[in-house]
Amino acid sequence: MPHNFTVSPDFAPDHMSGWFYFNTWLQRKLGVDIHLELYDTFEQQRMDIRAGKVDMIYANPYDASMLVRELGFKAVVRPVSKRDEAVIVVAADSPIATVEDLGAGTRVATTADPDVDTIGMIMLEPADLDAASVQKHVYNSHVLIAKSLLNGETDVGFVLKQSYDELSDLIRGRLRVLVASQISVVHHALLVGPAMMDRFDELRDLLVAMPKDEKGVGVLESMEIRGWEPMSEEQTEFMIDLIDTLID
Amino acid sequence: MSDQDTGAEREVTLHYYDGSERKALIVDTEVPYPDGKLIVSRTDPQGFITHANQAFVDMSGYSREELIGANHNILRHPDMPAVAFKGLWDTVQSGQKWQGFVKNLRKDGKYYWVKATVIPNIRQGKLVGYTSVRRKPSRSKILESEALYATLK
Ligand SMILES: Cc1cc2nc3c(=O)[nH]c(=O)nc-3n(C[C@H](O)[C@H](O)[C@H](O)COP(=O)(O)O)c2cc1C
Repeated sequence: MPHNFTVSPDFAPDHMSGWFYFNTWLQRKLGVDIHLELYDTFEQQRMDIRAGKVDMIYANPYDASMLVRELGFKAVVRPVSKRDEAVIVVAADSPIATVEDLGAGTRVATTADPDVDTIGMIMLEPADLDAASVQKHVYNSHVLIAKSLLNGETDVGFVLKQSYDELSDLIRGRLRVLVASQISVVHHALLVGPAMMDRFDELRDLLVAMPKDEKGVGVLESMEIRGWEPMSEEQTEFMIDLIDTLID
Repeated sequence: MSDQDTGAEREVTLHYYDGSERKALIVDTEVPYPDGKLIVSRTDPQGFITHANQAFVDMSGYSREELIGANHNILRHPDMPAVAFKGLWDTVQSGQKWQGFVKNLRKDGKYYWVKATVIPNIRQGKLVGYTSVRRKPSRSKILESEALYATLK
């Protein structure tokens, strides 16, 4: 039986092929069969996680909490200097100058990414806004969020900082950042479940050394990840505690 | 700016729960909460600071060296009623999450308002400390809290 690997379905599809190269590289190095399963939605993925169908996952920090505290997963590594930050953006010509200018009924363009949505909602709190007082419009990508802002269908958009930076100059030039998060301790991580725990040390050492591996370098490039750093159990617990304070 | 931002200065003696006290300069000037940031600290089970992030250091006005090992009441502002902190401690000691609005005292005597969430840190079933994460409060919540705390002192 091959092990099952999956990736949090929350980022630009252009990096997806990188995860297939990664999986091929990893199978060779570890000498085990690993099947990469990609999901379109968080709900589908969470159902399979709960059903025990996932042994290794590149998870967003919100799911990491469930994986570690309820399902016995352990974080192996996190990507070097890649943190999960969000920006709230408006159309460049929007009359909104600060978050505090927003009022009840604000139309918020967001994605199903729990990470960005939670950080975005926290940054709206200074305007006395919460889930009950805004109108959420959920889109499938940050490009569609940008379009909805430019078409005047929504007032503000929540976008992963990294995705915002990757928008074309043309689109970014027509948008404006209202506020950017600077949390710096919330990030994705690669975790393994009980079925792969016996490979934990080997996996960590392989991944940490990946930038020095001839083939590994190219794989990392295609994933747009510089390298991996090991995560201690306490680092993982600290991040999960922090996220606990952010969700009600 | 909050209603309490009058720029007035006074020296007060702060009385802590454990019976200790210290003299502090109070300057009624608000320092605005920085947009987009979270202020994070952790304590041991007794409330002594074990971790402070950069935003915590910047907003408190103390150096990291001064903060680590200090009692978290180093930030206590005399306008905060004791009953608010009793609620905080009773809640987290019973294993629950506490949330509230807190007026904090900086080293320079000025103040800043936060919306704070405090949770117990449980490792292998044991309490090892507490984590507090603060975010920017809304102006209306600050005004509400100022009015409420004035009646509780
Ligand atoms: C994790 C944690 C964070 C705290 N943060 C603050 C804070 O930012 N400001 C504050 O005045 N008290 C804070 N407290 C409460 C203090 O421990 C203390 O109870 C309070 O300042 C009142 O002082 P006293 O209980 O010594 O009279 C915190 C407590 C914990 C456990």
